[in-house]
Amino acid sequence: MADTVGGPEAQFRAFLKQGRFMIQRSRSTGKHVYYPRVAVPGSGETDLDWVEAAGTGTVYATTVNRTRDGNTNLAIIELDEGPRMMSRVEGVPAETVKIGQRVRARIAVEDAAEIILFEAIVTQPGAGA
Amino acid sequence: MTHPIRGKTAVVGVATYGCGEAPGWSSIELMCQSAILALADAGIPLHEVDGVFAATATHAFPTMSVAEYLGVKPRYFDGTNVGGSSFEQHMLNAALALDAGLCNVALICYGSNQRTASGKLVPLSEPQPYETPYKPRMPMNAYALAASRHMHEYGTTREQMAEVAVAARAWANLNPEAFMHGKPLSVADVMGSRLISDPFTALDCCLVTDGGAACVMVRADRAKDCAQQPAYLLGAAGANWHRTISMMPDLTVTACAESGPRAFEMAGMKQSDVDLVMLYDAFTINTILFLEDLGFCPKGEGGRFVAEGRIAPGGDLAVNTNGGGLSCVHPGMYGMYLIVESVRQLRGQAGARQVAQCDVALLNGNGGTLSSQITALLGTAATL
Repeated sequence: MADTVGGPEAQFRAFLKQGRFMIQRSRSTGKHVYYPRVAVPGSGETDLDWVEAAGTGTVYATTVNRTRDGNTNLAIIELDEGPRMMSRVEGVPAETVKIGQRVRARIAVEDAAEIILFEAIVTQPGAGA
Repeated sequence: MTHPIRGKTAVVGVATYGCGEAPGWSSIELMCQSAILALADAGIPLHEVDGVFAATATHAFPTMSVAEYLGVKPRYFDGTNVGGSSFEQHMLNAALALDAGLCNVALICYGSNQRTASGKLVPLSEPQPYETPYKPRMPMNAYALAASRHMHEYGTTREQMAEVAVAARAWANLNPEAFMHGKPLSVADVMGSRLISDPFTALDCCLVTDGGAACVMVRADRAKDCAQQPAYLLGAAGANWHRTISMMPDLTVTACAESGPRAFEMAGMKQSDVDLVMLYDAFTINTILFLEDLGFCPKGEGGRFVAEGRIAPGGDLAVNTNGGGLSCVHPGMYGMYLIVESVRQLRGQAGARQVAQCDVALLNGNGGTLSSQITALLGTAATL
């Protein structure tokens, strides 16, 4: 019988609704998984637990949608846990987002649904790397 | 050891119809008109078609639609849809079906009226739950993300990408069928065009056209008695690593790094045997990525490789001689046109753009967002 809470996607969205950015981790291998799945891609372990994502990551690839309504960033973020995800980096002009830049997640609501966006982590001068 | 399907089948008929703009024509009409012309090209009567292969962006059951429209009763059919590379996969599947005796005359066809019907690329895709909320403009953004990563890792420049578009246009200017025929293009034109998805300007992106295209395949024993010189299928292989761009393992390495070597192995050939390279150039970065992944230059060197007109007419390597998706035709799923141009070149029917001594053509179909890659090698009778 199927889990009454729903599949991994529904569970992920339920966490987001509670303000929690959760990803999966395989108990046996320690491997993190995003997007949420029923098994670890490639190896198939089904011992997936939900763990709180650190919420920090690095810009892996970036582009800017330039339209009449303005410029919007679109990026692929590599989470510190390893998996990558599509998102948007905000808080800085879209065209200034750079690959390698450190970013931090926040949960926003768009089109009546929770969504994970990222903001640039600005290093304080003299605070080191 | 020779692979058991190497050279066992051949493309004996090809045709295109309504490339560019075809006002008043529906997708099925463009597809079936191309099919009729391809059969005429082969000299094979319609009633002999017993294998149907098709994919479009608008038909849920394309092989049923084609069979009904043409009034044929196929005993083997395959509507595999892996995006724009579907037709290379159909070619491989048709070769297997023909070789196994499951059909005798395989028709592969495609048609789209997206330009006159909607004026934009018709989305093929259902929403992707982990990408669609970010409102990506697909497929363009996916390829732009890949280009951003290639620039970051290898220092590839916008000028080098522009060179791809300029080379494609120079070939298109030798092809009267090309939509952009007669419109010269410079690197400065591409660089100065409107930036739409960094690093792409509008001229880094493929055309949005109408068009139908088709080909006919038979076993080699029959091919030699057909109306045209056969283009034998020497090798073909596919590889598929992801669906959505955010799940692509490495944005600078496409799955043809795997399908290419497999196809070469089946054909018993290497890069230096290839006279013509036909790559699915939906965006300028594609040509660079595929030249690297197919082994025509080392990884990361694609940008430098295409510079100074090396893949343009008169260059060292003939690439996308019809003008490509960038400057010839792109009705949404361009893969069928890779086959048509390869066959025309192998037959020596390419007119002003004819590649001298063209015996081996490599085609690389791309589908989705760099997702499915299918590489094939076609050759003249001299390669058997």
